Amino acid sequence: MGMITKKNILILLSIVATFAVVQVLRTMNILTNFHEITLALICINIILAVSLNLITGFTGQFSLGHAGFMSIGAYTCALILLKYPTMWGFLAGIIAGGIASALVGIIIGLPTLRLKGDYLAIATLGMAEIIRVIFLNIEITGGAAGLASIPRIANWFWMFFFAVISVVFINNFIKSSPGRACISIREDEIAAESMGINSTKYKVMSFAIGAFFAGIGGGLYASYFFFLKPNLFGFLKSIDMLVIVVLGGLGSLTGSVVAAVLLTLLTTFLQQFTAVRMILYALLLVVIMIFRPKGIMGTSEITDLLGRIGRGKGRVE
Amino acid sequence: METFVQQLVNGLSLGSIYALIALGYTMVYGIIKLINFAHGDVYMLGAYVGYAVTTFTGLGFFPAIIISMAACAVLGMLIERVAYKPLRASSRIAVLITAIGISLLLEYVMMYFVGPEVRSYPDVLSKQHFELGGVVVGVQQIYIVVTAVVLMALLQFIVKNTKRGKAMRAVSIDADAAQLMGIDVNRTISFTFLLGSALAGAAGVLVGIYYNSIDPLMGVMPGLKAFVAAVFGGIGSIPGAMIGGVGIGVIETLVSGYGSSMYRDAAVFALLIVILIVRPRGLLGKQTGEKL
Repeated sequence: MGMITKKNILILLSIVATFAVVQVLRTMNILTNFHEITLALICINIILAVSLNLITGFTGQFSLGHAGFMSIGAYTCALILLKYPTMWGFLAGIIAGGIASALVGIIIGLPTLRLKGDYLAIATLGMAEIIRVIFLNIEITGGAAGLASIPRIANWFWMFFFAVISVVFINNFIKSSPGRACISIREDEIAAESMGINSTKYKVMSFAIGAFFAGIGGGLYASYFFFLKPNLFGFLKSIDMLVIVVLGGLGSLTGSVVAAVLLTLLTTFLQQFTAVRMILYALLLVVIMIFRPKGIMGTSEITDLLGRIGRGKGRVE
Repeated sequence: METFVQQLVNGLSLGSIYALIALGYTMVYGIIKLINFAHGDVYMLGAYVGYAVTTFTGLGFFPAIIISMAACAVLGMLIERVAYKPLRASSRIAVLITAIGISLLLEYVMMYFVGPEVRSYPDVLSKQHFELGGVVVGVQQIYIVVTAVVLMALLQFIVKNTKRGKAMRAVSIDADAAQLMGIDVNRTISFTFLLGSALAGAAGVLVGIYYNSIDPLMGVMPGLKAFVAAVFGGIGSIPGAMIGGVGIGVIETLVSGYGSSMYRDAAVFALLIVILIVRPRGLLGKQTGEKL
């Protein structure tokens, strides 16, 4: 059928419509600065959640170190931007951040992805901690004080652009043959291997792609909030990302997007109750896990739901 | 050479505290395959209970440790009952996220009530030091190591020589088979949490004395490191957790002593990754074949 199907046009239209609505609201000055920061955070969280979902939700490799990849992208982009504070510097920084992060992902992934389940989780957690300690101690990243006054070139357009690219790319990857291989590894690694799937190759591939987009998310963060310090990328940041993915549903990109929007709004809203913010957040986490452990969407996507409704109508006729 | 022995002595006392925490991780992991992230916060709570007891009632070191152990034991069982038991049939990741949720909950509820500031611990033990061939040994350090060793011996006795301990070992090998043999699996799991949390409570008081400062987030790093210790020694193995704890403590003090103390956390995690790659079952862990 090619690229131009009814579904693709619909998706493209809704993307353009979302962008247009926000753009109109912005030009009419209905959105304040505060709203814009929230929107930017939503986009960053979408990128991070979707990329983590590829690793954890679709390939079934439990990672607790996503903040580590994010920090590599953030620092790479920040350092390039500080040197070349232009639009091209920004784009180069974002891409370089993604590539640096993906390379680290491959280097770390090759040995650690042999581990399973909890062991991999702890190894990735350890990796992120090591990255943080290194950033804390080397000179070029400014140590504990971090990097300040990074040129702010990322704006709402770039945030939205990269968020859409990440979701579309990862969605297409999952539908491709390597993506299907990743899902088969999640379902049963031994069965997948006996069908001739090189599980290490696909696990590392998914890890690298996930790290690449986490790096891009980090780069956007660096340029939008123009300030970085290693403690922004601690254990809690990785947990935040994991919570979004699990809350949305492991193996559902729609779920990740929805949960990223909801949780970002929630944390922004809770910001005014500083004292009880984390208590409410923690309670919510426990309650959701006890009552709906598969998350908002389970493993289904918005297109599945629409498809089901469409088929339902067909039957009635 | 003297510095080396000195660091070894310091590492031993720090390591025995890690070992006490690691035992809780390893027992819980052995029995329900859960990395109990809340364990580090149980230990934090133990430190606060000890603080409250010694400050407000003026009781000494031993009553403080016993009260703190009792309080943590109850808390540990409560956490298991409320948060983990309803999830017995859920996926591992759901339970893990719950554990992280409980951990955050304990940290921030504590912060809400006692404030985020660091408190200094009352002096319950004498600060005397004496020299042994150029190596300084504190009375506190001796107390810490002796307490830890006594508790570990007690634990080893319970696990090896009592009926409950036998049940624990049975459940950790095969919960379903244990149930068929008439073992109350839920009670055994509760009991495991009780033991592990009590040890964490004792560790909390010891660390309060050792570092002389406590705060609501103090459990995060030692918790992670104790887990590393448990993996290092071989998860599920009680002697392994002891050796792993002491090993991590010694490595940490050596890195701070000879290299940069900034890199000591990184060294611990780098060690973890190396162990996981070279010998994932840990020093004393059992080789488990892959189940098809």
